[in-house]
This record gives sequence, structure tokens and C-alpha cells, in this order.
Amino acid sequence: MAEPRYITGKKPHAREKRMIFRNVDRAGWNPSIEKYIKDGGYKTLKKSLKLKPGEVTDEVKASGLRGRGGAGFPTGVKWGFIPPNNTKPIYLICNADESEPGTFKDRYIIHQDPHQLIEGILISSYAVGAKIAYIYIREEFPEGAIILENAIEEARKAGLLGKGIAGTGFECEIYVHRGAGAYICGEETGLIESLEGKRPYPRIKPPYFPAALGLYMCPTIVNNVESLCHVKHVMEMGGKQYGQLGTPRNTGTRILCVSGDVQKPGYFEIEVGKLTMGELIEDLCGGMKKGRKLKAVIPGGSSAKVLRAGETYTIRDGDQEKNIGLNDIPMDFDTLAACGSMAGSGGVIVMDDSRDMAWVLNNINTFYAHESCGQCTPCREGSLWMKKITDRMLAGGGVPSDVETLVSVGDNIAGRTICAFGEACSWPTQSFVGKFPEEFKKHTKRRNVGKALNPEAKVASASLMDKD
Amino acid sequence: MEVTKELDEKADEAISHYPADEKRSAALPLLHLVQQQFGFISDDAVSWVASKLEIEPIKILELVTFYPGFRQKAPGKYHIRVCRTLSCAMSGCHQTMERICEIAGIDRSNVSHHDPIAVSADGKFSIEFAECLASCGTGPVCLVGDDFHEEVKPKDAKALLAKYK
Amino acid sequence: MIEACKQAAAEVPHYCYHPKLTSPGNCRMCLVEMGMPPRPAPGEQPDLDEDGRAKINWMPRPVIACANTVAEGMGIRTQSLLAKECRQGVMEFLLINHPLDCPICDQAGECTLQEYSVEHGNGESRFLEGKVKKPKNVEIGPRIRLDDERCVLCSRCVRFSKEVVDDDVLGFVDRGSHSVLTVHPDRKLKNNYSLNTVDICPVGALTSNDFRFKMRVWFMRETKSVCNGCARGCNILIGSRENKIYRQTPRENNKVNSAWMCDSGRMEYHKLEHPGRLTDPMIKRGRKHHTVDWTDAVCRAARDLTKFKGEQFAIIASGRMTNEELYLTRTLSESLEAGIVDIVTRIGTGDDYLAHSDKNPNVNGVRKILRLRSPGSKLKTIRAKVAKGEIKALLVLGENLLT
Repeated sequence: MAEPRYITGKKPHAREKRMIFRNVDRAGWNPSIEKYIKDGGYKTLKKSLKLKPGEVTDEVKASGLRGRGGAGFPTGVKWGFIPPNNTKPIYLICNADESEPGTFKDRYIIHQDPHQLIEGILISSYAVGAKIAYIYIREEFPEGAIILENAIEEARKAGLLGKGIAGTGFECEIYVHRGAGAYICGEETGLIESLEGKRPYPRIKPPYFPAALGLYMCPTIVNNVESLCHVKHVMEMGGKQYGQLGTPRNTGTRILCVSGDVQKPGYFEIEVGKLTMGELIEDLCGGMKKGRKLKAVIPGGSSAKVLRAGETYTIRDGDQEKNIGLNDIPMDFDTLAACGSMAGSGGVIVMDDSRDMAWVLNNINTFYAHESCGQCTPCREGSLWMKKITDRMLAGGGVPSDVETLVSVGDNIAGRTICAFGEACSWPTQSFVGKFPEEFKKHTKRRNVGKALNPEAKVASASLMDKD
Repeated sequence: MEVTKELDEKADEAISHYPADEKRSAALPLLHLVQQQFGFISDDAVSWVASKLEIEPIKILELVTFYPGFRQKAPGKYHIRVCRTLSCAMSGCHQTMERICEIAGIDRSNVSHHDPIAVSADGKFSIEFAECLASCGTGPVCLVGDDFHEEVKPKDAKALLAKYK
Repeated sequence: MIEACKQAAAEVPHYCYHPKLTSPGNCRMCLVEMGMPPRPAPGEQPDLDEDGRAKINWMPRPVIACANTVAEGMGIRTQSLLAKECRQGVMEFLLINHPLDCPICDQAGECTLQEYSVEHGNGESRFLEGKVKKPKNVEIGPRIRLDDERCVLCSRCVRFSKEVVDDDVLGFVDRGSHSVLTVHPDRKLKNNYSLNTVDICPVGALTSNDFRFKMRVWFMRETKSVCNGCARGCNILIGSRENKIYRQTPRENNKVNSAWMCDSGRMEYHKLEHPGRLTDPMIKRGRKHHTVDWTDAVCRAARDLTKFKGEQFAIIASGRMTNEELYLTRTLSESLEAGIVDIVTRIGTGDDYLAHSDKNPNVNGVRKILRLRSPGSKLKTIRAKVAKGEIKALLVLGENLLT
């Protein structure tokens, strides 16, 4: 395998370790199977087919690989949830519905390196016993769907898909299934319902854990695009070797996507936990915009709780506790969780001191209110309510009780819904209002009702003004 | 709605991707085929997809109205979707939206939750906001049909629209 | 868990759960605290509290009671602070977009939203925004009206239509807080069980055209009865006020009709209002019928009937008579030595579910009490004999042979 060269201006940063993104922005590269095989592609698939499926799962377990879609659940453990005496067909679903605001990594794998994904899907299907895999790709990647379908045909022609893969008894079909613009289809049971042709209402768990009762009520494994690519690398270098990358319990590499008020937003593949937030922002992204200071960071997609610049966090360091600042947080799963947020999907959104936190929260609330599927009461009613409150606050109609109401509504949603969307839509409100109370309080002094993005909010504000 | 033999065959092919007793799974693929061909999902199309999959038409209507990716009214010749979620909003998508509407002659004053698409007077462009399009580092971004455009600042709007004759 | 709580007289409030339907767990009203005792280490005894019960590790996250099954040793708290807060939260959420329709809503008085507001709600509103508007007074079928703003999206009606009667015509369109229950214009809610959705709707979103705006439920008395629309004998409740019937609703009987009844059976009571009903005894004098009192009528009937006996006399009774009435008919037929006794049969169309093809409610009674092996088989004979003059007197009970 040759050392890759990269397109001018898109060279990876020195702190990166390109593994999944090895071929992204690569000079002289294209998504064809010829390029991929010439670069050593599909060797790992052939190697894996020589093992027993259970042995592949064991390697993945040993690697400590955690899901890269947002939840960070150990992939090997998830695979092990399939009931041992199962007689129903098993399905593997690749979650290519990348919709978490702030996240832009699966896009590049799909568009530029589809065969890595296909190889990862095939290895994973072999391990879990799936004969059919679906790639659920978001509708807004129309080119990506075509690229994947072409890649699947190329793989078929090369005897790497269908019956008798690589001359073995393993058979597997991969189909591309396009979504239609719903964030909730990124939730694994919502995705399954959507694949079944129904409204994507997530299922209650228990009893509908996908590994037991998934697609068509058969055992189903849903994995993120990036996670499936990692499986290929785990099998290539061996689980134990993979586990040496990154940090204990937070192994491997992951792709961080940085956007917002930094000089050089973009994607960076780093070893999990070996880079701090400060290094990410200052070294890799060139720091804040000129004349601006860091105000807040959302570290793992808009569902993650916001971190305020200047905060310190008490975390465990072995047997002791220590205090670290925002800039010292290593970008891994466990520390970010210990700091009261999460690594999530790796979407890092940076905000400087020019940003009004109420405006930021309103934008996030608008997203969640729009994307709520509407199945269960707290999220359906609460997400729109929180948006209406911040709409009204921004339109000049805020009242002092709004701050408390916002947090209370968030508290009545989190932990009480069918799926994690409840937490996703309430954590931003809870954390922004909790950490930036003064920003919200300043919107509760009623002033003239100005230009509102939402005419309804204008009416609501005006009616409250009259009550004065 | 005229269902051509070609459309029908593509529909059958899509249905074959799923187990024989789970035809309903082909609902989204069929709706995509219809929208690709006709530009939007008409009432006839809802009935046709329902009968092809042997399910009640309400079950198709449920999907068409749930997903913003499906339109029930004819869009302009080119349909523009501008992302409005956090990072794009921070990089100025609202200003981009305004500028595009200005140049293309689109009036968005009657846009509402139930009617999110505005069409230009000459029918050439239609536009709506979309949620996060997964390219937050290069915002503001937009889709024109299936073409993806990055870093579309207000000053780039004119050149962007000029690409579409 | 929810059934266990009910048995333990610790009922958990709920909207979307219904014992006869699948549990989607979407209303979140039945959230309770749940915990399991920790498993003791091998060889050790479980930790007990002062009451001798195993100490429970309570889960920090509440769980829904409708879709979780009980397990040995499980603890459930239905009145804890957390459970109460959950309910208050859900009530608040349901009310923020709910219209202030109680004054015009049929469900008032039997509305779980009203009941739970009192028991579990907040009492004060802190919602300052505009409510989501949805269509009102929508005709989704010939017998049902829908007020979408009142709908709490519990999906009971959707599940009933699909699971119980296999007529999957109801669905939700749009998304999130704007979600709306509706039907496709070409396939409305027309099946013969559609009105059961009105019964199970926990609020006044689905209302019966027949009952809409007619009567407040708290004025009605409910009488237990049995439907007489067909041989099934669905158990019912008759809602009436001052002897006028306003509606019929099903009464649960798991051996007969589960919790349902058909629409045509429900409308049977309208027959009582038919203008052609005989309401007073009448005797024909000359060409016209004249109203008389009961004594005159009975004496006149007895006098006329006793002129004939045996082969000159036939009785046509009814499959709609009660067992008691049939018994008296038999007594009468024996004392008058009636030559032929028969009933009018009514065979219509049945379905796979509750509607029986025999539209007489009590042919079983007729068989056993009048001892007819083949009800209706002698009617032709009776007609022939009447034409020939062999039968001179015909006693017709509970039927109108002239129309």
C-alpha cells in the first residue's frame, strides 16, 4: 500500500492519523473498485472469511470499538445481543442518515471511499450472520446513493457480492434505500420503521431491541457508516492492535467535524482521547476569528450539552479527582461524558463572543421542533413549546418566568420519552439556559416588538405587551 | 398521471429488494421514482403507489406528508433547498436566502409550516429551507435539484443561479 | 405492569393503553417508578427492609407501565414524587394545544383529559404562546365527526381499525406537533364497527353524528341490556333520560362481544322512535282502528280468540321476544291448542366478527321454549291455510305481517 498524497490545500494536519479518511481528498484517487483493490482493498474481507463469524465478533470486541454514530456503544457487544438460538433471517443496516447538526463525516466516506464502507458492511454481515444488508442513506445525498449503487455493482462483478463471495460459501446482498428528509430516521428503530415503509416512529425498548426484534421483527444490527469502516481496520490489524490506538476504553481513531467561529473549520481524524479541545480549536482549526474570544462549544452534535468557555470540570484521574478546563478536555467518550456533555457524533460547533446564546438555542430548538416525529406527548408538545418561547424572547416579548419555564419544560421531556430524541431536544435548552442564565435573562425585559423571524411569535409577543 | 412501462418496471425492481411479503418497504423508493419523474407527488400518484404495494392509500399519504423530501405541489424548474441549521445560520444562510430570493424573484411572504415552498413568478426557481445538510464546515450550503453547493455567500448567489438556464 | 397495578387497586392513569389493543406506549401518562431487588451474592440472603420486603434498587428513569411486564420481586411506585411529576408534565403538555372546547364537547363528563386534569394536573397554565390550529368538525365517515385539535394522538382508533376490524383507513399525516388524524378521501371510515372508535377515544376528538350535541352524559342514566339487532347478543349500556334513549354503547363481555358492538346494532334504538309504532292498544271498528284501554283490548282479544281452537288457530310469534314472553306464548298456544306455531325468520348478512346473519336476537329461545325445530318453515303453510279458510284466527305477536 502506497503512502497517500493529498490534494493541495487539503493535506491532513500533522496531529491527524488518517485511517478511515485515508482516501478522502487523496490526490489521483477516485471511488472505483480498481483504485480500491490496487490500494489493497478487499484483502481484509478475504482474510476475515477464513475465520469463523464468532471469531470476527471476538476481534471487534477485543478492539474496544465504540459506535461512531452518537451513542458510543461498544460495537462487539451490540453484535453479541443477537439471540443465540435464532432461526429468523438476520439483517445488517448501515445507518447513512447523517443528520446530526454539526456532523459531516459519513458524507465523505460515501462519496469518496464507498468501497471501504462496502468492505466493512460485508465483514460485519459475515460476523453477525446477515445475508441482506441495507444502506439507509439520507435523501439529501442523491449523488452518494448513485455512487454507492455503482460501487455495489462493481463489487458484484468482482465476485465480492451476492452468492459465493470471494469463492467462499458466504452470500450477501446490499441494497441502497434512500430516506426522505427526517432526522428521526437516524434513530435505529425509527430507521427500521422507515425501512418497513411506515412512519418512522421509534419503537419502545423493551421489548423491541433491534438485535432481537428489528427489521420485520427479525434480529437486526444497525451500525453507523464510520463504525462499519472501523470494523474493516480492526480486522486488518487485529483487535488487540487496534486497541492500542487511542486511549483505554476509548480506542481507535475518530473523525471530528469542526464548524462555527473558527478560522479553519473542517474534518480531522484523530486518535480518540489523544487530542484536547484546546489543541483542536487552536492548532487544527487555526484558533478563533480575529479579535474574537471563545464563548461556548458544543462538542458532539447539537444534541450534546454545551460547554462554556472558562468552565472547569472535576474528573477522575485514576484514584484521584482533578480539575480541568475546557481547553484541556481530551476528545474522547468518557471524559466528555464526565464533563457533563458527550462525544456524540463528533460534530464540534464553536461559538465566539459575537453570538447571542438565546439566538443559538432558538436555532437548535427550531431544528428539534421541526424534526420531532410527534409520536409521544412530551417531545411532540414540548419541543415546539420551547421553540415558541425562544422565538418570543428573540422577538422582544420575553417575560421573566420564561427562563424557569424553559428549563422546566426541558426537565419534563428528558427521560420520559420513547427514544433519545427527548434528551436530544431538551439537553440544549437545559444546558444553554443553565450555563448562560444572564443571556436569557436579558431577553426577558420587554422591549418594542421588533422583526421576528416567526410571525406567530410577533403576535404572541404583542399580546403580552398589551398585558403590561 | 401516466404510468409508463418504464416506471412500472423500475417500481417492480425496487420492490424486489425486499422480502416478498414486505412490499410496503418499497414505499419510499416508489415515491422517489414518482417524484424524480413528475417533480412532485400528486393525488393520483398516492393512489398508484398504494395499489402497487397493496396497502391503503392513507398509509402512503402518511409518508408523503411526514417527510419534507416529498412535495405535493409542483416546484419550479429548479428546486433550491437552503440549510438553516446552526452552523449554516452562523455563516449567514438567512442573508443568502434573502439574496437568492431577491435575484430569482421569489416572494416568501406567504410561506408557512404547511406551505414551505415558494415559487418564482416565472416558475424557474422554487425555494425552501432545509435542515442540516451535513456539510457544516463549508456553510452556507444549498442543494439545487441534486447539485450540492458549498460556501454560498450572498455575493455568490447571482453566479449560482446563472448556472441554471 | 398496568394490569398488576389495577389488580392491586393502585390504578395508573393512561390514554393510549387499552386492554384489547396492542400497547404503543406513546402517551407517557402511565410512567411509574420501577425497581428490582439486587440479586444477592451466591449463598447470601437478600437484603430486607423493616417490613420484611426485599430492598429495591429504584431505577432513576421512570418506565411505562403499559408495555412492561412484571417480574418476580419487582417494585412499582405509582404515587412517588417522580411519578406525580411525570403525570403533571404530561397533563401540561396535552393541555397546551388543546382547545377550550369543554362547553361544546360531547366527551364532557366522561373525558379522561378532564378527569386527569383534576387528579394529576397543574391547575394553572404557564403557556403564553399561540396554540397549534387543526381542522375541526371533519367528516371522516358517514357516522363520525373528527375534531383534530382535541386529538391527543393516542392512536387507539388507528389500532382498533387495523387490529380488530382489519380496516386500516385511519392514519396520522404531517409531523410533530402538527400531526393530524385523518382518512384518505377515497377510503373513509365506513365499516360497521366505526363507532367503537368513538367509545375508545379518550377525549372528544371522535364523536358520533348520532349523538353529537344531543345530551350531556351526566344527565343520562345507564341501563345494562343486550342488543337485539341480531343473534349475537352483544352486551350494551343504554343511555337514556326520562325514558328517551340517546345512545347505546357496548358493555364488556369477553364471552360474547369483547368490548365492542356493531354500528347497525348501535342504531337499533331508533326503531323505538319510529312513527309507525303502536303505542296504545287499538281495536278496529268498521274500517278504522280506535284507541282503547288495555282492559277492553285484552278482553276483546280473549273473547275473539276463544271462538277458535285447534286447527283453526295459528300463532305467529317473534324471534325478538324475550324468553319470558315466549314462555307465555307457549302457555297460550297450549291452552288454545294452537294448530301451528311459528316465527318470522330474519336472515341477513353477517360478517366475520360480531354481526350475525340471523337478525332475530332470540331464535335460540324460540327453539327451546316454543320447541320449534325449524323456525319459519311453516309460514307458507299458514298462508295457504289462511287463504283456504282453514285457519280462521291468527295471533301475531311482536311482528307486523302487513308491511
